[in-house]
Amino acid sequence: METQQPALRTEALCKSFGSLKVTRDVTFELPRGARYALIGPNGAGKTTLINLITGEMRPDSGRILLDGREVTQAPTMARVRQGLTRTFQINTLFPDLTPIEAVLLAICERDRAAGQFWRSLTSHRVAIDESFEILTRLRLAEVATRPTRTLPYGQQRLLEMALALATKPKVLLLDEPAAGVPKDESAALFSVIAALPGDIAVLFIEHDMDIVFSFASRIIVLVSGGVLLEAEPAVVRGDPRVREVYLGKVGHV
Amino acid sequence: MISQLAIVLFDGFAFGMLLFVLSVGLSVTLGLMNFINLAHGAFGMLGGYVAVTAMRGLGWPFLAALPAAFLAAAGISVLLERTLFRRLYKSGELNQVLFTIGVVFVAAALATYAFGTVQQVIQLPAWLRGSVEVAGLRLGTYRIFIIAVALAITGLLVFGLERTRLGARIRAAVDNQRVAQGLGLDVEKIFAVTFALGSGLAGLGGALAIEIVGLDPSFGFHYLVYVLIVVSVGGLGSVAGSFFGAALLGICDVAGKYFVPEIGSFLIYLLLVAILFVRPLGLFGKR
Amino acid sequence: MTVEAPTLADPHDWLRRRSRWSVFEIAFWVASLLPFFLFQTYLPLASQIAITALFAVSVDLVLGYAGVVTLGHAMFFGLGAYSAGLISKAGWGEPLTGLIIAGLFAGLVGYIASFIIVRVQHLALIMITLGFCLLTYELANSMSWLTGGTDGLQGVETWPILGVFRFDLWGYAAYGYALAALFLGLVLSRRIVHSSFGLSLRGIRENVRRMPAIGSDYRGHLQKIYTISAVMAGCAGALLTQTTDTVSLDTLSFQRSADVVVMLVLGGTGRLYGAVVGTIIFMVARDQLSDMNPQYWYFWIGLLLMVVVLLMPRGILGSLAQLARRRD
Ligand SMILES: Nc1ncnc2c1ncn2[C@@H]1O[C@H](COP(=O)(O)OP(=O)(O)OP(=O)(O)O)[C@@H](O)[C@H]1O
Ligand SMILES: [Mg+2]
Repeated sequence: METQQPALRTEALCKSFGSLKVTRDVTFELPRGARYALIGPNGAGKTTLINLITGEMRPDSGRILLDGREVTQAPTMARVRQGLTRTFQINTLFPDLTPIEAVLLAICERDRAAGQFWRSLTSHRVAIDESFEILTRLRLAEVATRPTRTLPYGQQRLLEMALALATKPKVLLLDEPAAGVPKDESAALFSVIAALPGDIAVLFIEHDMDIVFSFASRIIVLVSGGVLLEAEPAVVRGDPRVREVYLGKVGHV
Repeated sequence: MISQLAIVLFDGFAFGMLLFVLSVGLSVTLGLMNFINLAHGAFGMLGGYVAVTAMRGLGWPFLAALPAAFLAAAGISVLLERTLFRRLYKSGELNQVLFTIGVVFVAAALATYAFGTVQQVIQLPAWLRGSVEVAGLRLGTYRIFIIAVALAITGLLVFGLERTRLGARIRAAVDNQRVAQGLGLDVEKIFAVTFALGSGLAGLGGALAIEIVGLDPSFGFHYLVYVLIVVSVGGLGSVAGSFFGAALLGICDVAGKYFVPEIGSFLIYLLLVAILFVRPLGLFGKR
Repeated sequence: MTVEAPTLADPHDWLRRRSRWSVFEIAFWVASLLPFFLFQTYLPLASQIAITALFAVSVDLVLGYAGVVTLGHAMFFGLGAYSAGLISKAGWGEPLTGLIIAGLFAGLVGYIASFIIVRVQHLALIMITLGFCLLTYELANSMSWLTGGTDGLQGVETWPILGVFRFDLWGYAAYGYALAALFLGLVLSRRIVHSSFGLSLRGIRENVRRMPAIGSDYRGHLQKIYTISAVMAGCAGALLTQTTDTVSLDTLSFQRSADVVVMLVLGGTGRLYGAVVGTIIFMVARDQLSDMNPQYWYFWIGLLLMVVVLLMPRGILGSLAQLARRRD
């Protein structure tokens, strides 16, 4: 019965900053294994929606269900432990830690081993191997032992992904994972996303339409906080309203 | 008993108003730049010594010494801000705390060097001495004066922040720096001006404080604690918060020392911890 | 210091090298025995340094590793000092148990305080730590029937350590005792900072916002390290009581909280030995300049703070490490 539940479901989420309504009645479902894109013009409220889903912000009203269980009031940490992880549009990393340390940290937290102050870090052999495996997968093995702040921007974006993967998510929300990354590198990054295990549900925000159309099985269009349309790529491509509010606008910028 | 209570309330409120003048500048600059400036009290001390020098050394009248204290503190603070403090806006709070504590230490030592450790006194003009009787209560004239000055400053600040262009900019920058920058406001410049005004007010407060609490090289440190309590209890960036925080602190401090002197300052520290426990952002804090 | 790893190093190996005992460390501990033989007249100073260094290490755990700016850690130092004194005055002068009880008491208070500490950030955090310390000071001052008030606690009597080593006039026993405690404290701290828990603390310091997003209960971590640190600070305070046989009110003073932060920053935060080196330099300098007017002493301290913050924010050890790395 439980497998019938969507991995993630939001019901009529609303959020305002003062008089500015940033999220309006957002309802959508993310089935297991989904590869959905969330698109919309700048300031549409995409990041805010992710903040609401992950618990960094509280919605004014509405519900969030993870695997059928309500998590609307749960703290971020608890949601992550239930398999809901996000990445940040603006790098939110640990500047002085090396990638291997950062990913190891996330794995130890996931395994609830982070509180063990009596046990040496090097004794977590399996976790270390797993961190290195994740870094290798993201082509960060070469720089695994360099402080994060010394890494080029593109590699920091990859580390942002690595940290999220280390939590073994069931639902992964990616906030412009390739923002500011050259086109060839961003394709590589998305091929990593495409290669994720089939049961992980992924929702990614992305402005590059070529990438959106080639990786997304379904697209949610967000405009001024509300869902304008949720449909297959082909439908979205042909929709005149999307053309007008979104593609048209990008053309002007 | 009732009249005793009224006098304590009055004295406490006057002391609170003194604290308000000393601390309101820090509240606004902290709200604006998140810069933890522990040297704020040192600007108060600077104003105090400037007033003492002006009156005793140069023979200026009290009412001329007050603006001198304001201007000196404002001028030196903006100099420090432009040359040193601004380098620390982006570094962590620990660095800000350490650097500005360093400034306090240096300022205290310089004050000792120049003036010694003795308590400074000034001669108030005749019309500010003594007391007046209001409704059967003898109220100190000078305390009434302080309250009047503080209320005038509050009025000016509220008017200035609500009604002037600079005020609107400061409010915008306090509310959301990113947005303000996006709107093309020069936040750095706004901050420099605010910093000068705030430190100037501290200088004025230091000058006003001499008659009430005295002045010696430990002033910057001793009153720093009071100032920080006002700011954290009132909430960052809030004039109203500072006003009520200062009034509350002043009344509690004076009442505590009057009615239960044996526990000293215990009461106000308890108040501080309790308020921050219930409201970590202070009574009027938004962020 | 560790050399920058070559690319594609074995990650196990790289991590192991970060936590290995270095020659500098071993040399330091050998050198720490020198006062027994060479500078006997300085033994009392040396034990003061060892005690303060232990205190500084306890602050480094919360401030240097977890990034919690505290201006009130003297609270735990003082609580430890008073508890040790009171236990002894109550008729139990055995030092080791006294030390442990005092440490645990400070830790208990630290644990309770930690519930408030983790709720606040920024200025409010600094003010809460400061407020707790001032509060304890005033409390100790007003409870003079228990603490002796401004006169301090006199006539503390400490029995020989392990029933064998008497606290002698020269301070051999005192230094040996304090040094052993410091060594133990450092070994424990090393263990902590080189564990997965230590890694989490650094994560909190580096970016507390990311911690919940990787599923971390970082508040729990903070409470834990705050409590551990309080125990350690309490032990340092108890050592001071047991080696000097008095407790004064200034064990609780803001001055002590501020001084220890200065020492820590001078040596370098987040590297344990920075706390030790900073303490040695600070205390030796203060001893050498002891006839200087304290106001002027603080002039130089103030100037030093400003210079350290602007020019070498990683402290003395941090700057040396950087130099060494650049040379390689
Ligand atoms: N903390 C906040 N306080 C006030 N307003 C905010 C806050 N966060 C976001 N906003 C506003 O909410 C709106 C939506 O912001 P959001 O970051 O969610 O947009 P977005 O769709 O992610 O845009 P982009 O494509 O640029 O990332 C914007 O107008 C923004 O200014
Ligand atoms: Mg966004």
